[in-house]
Amino acid sequence: MELLARRKLINKVALTMSMLAMSFGLFWLMWILITVLQLGLGGLSLDIFTQMTPPPGAEGGGLLNAIVGSSMLVGLATLVGTPLGILAGIYLAEYGRHSWLGDAIRYVNDLLLSAPSIVIGLFVWTVVVANTGGYSGWAGIVALALIVVPVVVRTTENMLQLVPNSLREAAFALGAPKYSVILSVTLRAARAGVVTGVLLAVARIAGETAPLIFTSLSNQFWSVDLGKPIASLPKVILDFAMNPDENLQRLAWVGVLLITFGVLTLNIVARVFFRQKH
Amino acid sequence: MSTSEKPRRDTRDQIFSWLTTGVALFVLVTMVGIVLALCYAAWPSIKAFNISFLFTSEWNPPMDRYGALIPIYGTLVTSIIALIIAVPVSFGIALFLTELSPAWLRRPLGTAVELLAAIPSIVYGMWGLLVFAPLFAKYVQPLLASTLGKIPLIGALFSGAPLGIGLLTAGVILAIMIIPFIASVMRDVFEVTPAMVKESAYGLGCTTWEVVWNVVLPHSKTGVVGGVMLGLGRALGETMAVTFVIGNTNFLSSASLFMPGNSITSALANEFSEAAPGLHTAALMELGLLLFIITLIVLVISKLFLARLARSEGAKS
Repeated sequence: MELLARRKLINKVALTMSMLAMSFGLFWLMWILITVLQLGLGGLSLDIFTQMTPPPGAEGGGLLNAIVGSSMLVGLATLVGTPLGILAGIYLAEYGRHSWLGDAIRYVNDLLLSAPSIVIGLFVWTVVVANTGGYSGWAGIVALALIVVPVVVRTTENMLQLVPNSLREAAFALGAPKYSVILSVTLRAARAGVVTGVLLAVARIAGETAPLIFTSLSNQFWSVDLGKPIASLPKVILDFAMNPDENLQRLAWVGVLLITFGVLTLNIVARVFFRQKH
Repeated sequence: MSTSEKPRRDTRDQIFSWLTTGVALFVLVTMVGIVLALCYAAWPSIKAFNISFLFTSEWNPPMDRYGALIPIYGTLVTSIIALIIAVPVSFGIALFLTELSPAWLRRPLGTAVELLAAIPSIVYGMWGLLVFAPLFAKYVQPLLASTLGKIPLIGALFSGAPLGIGLLTAGVILAIMIIPFIASVMRDVFEVTPAMVKESAYGLGCTTWEVVWNVVLPHSKTGVVGGVMLGLGRALGETMAVTFVIGNTNFLSSASLFMPGNSITSALANEFSEAAPGLHTAALMELGLLLFIITLIVLVISKLFLARLARSEGAKS
C-alpha cells in the first residue's frame, strides 16, 4: 500500500509540474501581449499614419514611410515568392513524388525552411547588393521572397497530397491532360490550404528584420523608389528602440503594436479560414 | 478535332511539366548558391586566418585581426541555456496537451502556444531589453547569485554584477522563443502512440505519469530528439532578440553567465553595415558561413531522428 501511495504522489507531482509548464508558456504570451498593448496604444494617434519618421530630438512624427515601405516589400515579395512556391510544390506532389530528384528537393526545401534568415540576408547582400552598387528595396524583396518560397512549397505539397487520387483519376478518365487536371482539379481542391500557407508566409516575413539589415536598410524620408534604400517597420523599430530619445521609443512601441497584432491576426485568420474549408 | 488538338495538348503538358521542374530545381540552386556565395565572400578571411579563426578570441577591426571564438562561444552557450529551460517546459506542455487537458481546451491552448512562435523576433528583442531585462536584473539575478552562486564550481557561472543584459538573459529569451517549436513536435509525436498500447498500460493500473514515462516517451523518443534538435536549430540562428539583450561585446573576462557577450548573429547584425570592405566584411561572412554550416548539421540530425520515427511507425502499421 505504501508503494501505491508513493506512485500516486509521483503522479500528482508530475502532473502539477505539467500544468505549471503550460501556465509558464501562457504567462510569457500574456506578458508580452499586455506590455505591447499598454505601451503601444499610448502612442497611437492619427499622426502615425500621416507623418514621416522624425529625426532624434524632434517632437511628434509618425511611421507612414515605414508602413508604406513594409507593405511594398512584403507585398511584392509575396507576389514573387508565391507562384514560385506553388509551382515547386506542384512538382513535388504531382511529378516528383517518388523520384530521387523530388526527394532531394523536398529535403533541401525543409532545410531552407528552418535556415536562419540572417544567412539569406548575407546571401542576397553578396549576390545583389555587392553587385548592383548598394542597398535597395529590390534586394529586400529578393531576400523576403526567398523566405516565402520554402513555406509555400511545403504547404502546397502537403495540401496537394491530401487530395484523393480518385479525383485525379476521374479527371484523367474524362480525357483531361495532366496540366489541366492539376490546375483545374487538384490545385482547386487544395485551394484553401494553399491560401493558408500564403497567409502564414506573409505573417512570417512581415516581422523579419535580420535579412533587411543587409538588403533594404532604411530610409528616414518618404521614398517609394525600390532602387534605393527603403524604410520598413521592423528596421525602424530596431533603430528607434536602441535610441535613448523618448519620442523615438514611443514610435518603436507603436510599430511593435502594429506588427505584433498584424502578424497574430494573420495567423488566426489563416487558421479559421483553413478550418472552415475543411 | 481530337487529332488536331492532341499535339497542342502534348506540348502544353510538356511545357507545364518543364516549368514546375525548373522552378523546383530553383530550390536546389538557392541552397547551392547560398553555400557558394558565402564561401566566395568569406574567402579572403579563410585564406588569411585559416583554422585559427575558430580558436582565436581577438576581434580587432582596426588591426584587421579576427577570431570567432567569442561569437561561437556566445551562440553555443545561449543555445544550451535555452535548451536546458525549454526542453522540460515543452515536455510538460506536450504532456498537458495530450494527456491532461480537457478536450475543449486542447485547441485554444495549442493555438496559444503556437502564437508564441508567431510573434516576430524583434518584438521579443524590444520587450526583452526594455521590460524583461530590468526586472531580471532586479529580482532574478540576485536570487540566482545568492542560491546557485554559492555552490562551488557552478557558482562561478552566476557571479558578478546583475546587469540585466548578457548571455543568461539572451538564453532565457531564446528559451521562450523555441518552446513552441519543441512543444508542438513533442505533442505531435506523443499523439502517434497507439491508443491500444496506452490503454493496455492503464489497464494494468499504471498512473498517467507512468504511462507517459514508460510507454509514450520510449515509443516516441526519436521524435522527441528530432524536435529538440529543431528547436536548437532555431536558437542558433535567432538574430534580433539576441542582438537586443546579449550586450554586444567581444571581450569576455569571466565565466559568469551574467556577463555581456556576443553571438554570431548579433555580431553580424551590429557590425555588418559599418564594416569596411575587405577583411572585416570577409570575416563577418565567414561567421555567417559557420553559422549556416552548424545549423545545417543540427537540422540534418533532427531530420534523421524524425525520419527514423516515421519509418518505425510505417513498419508497424
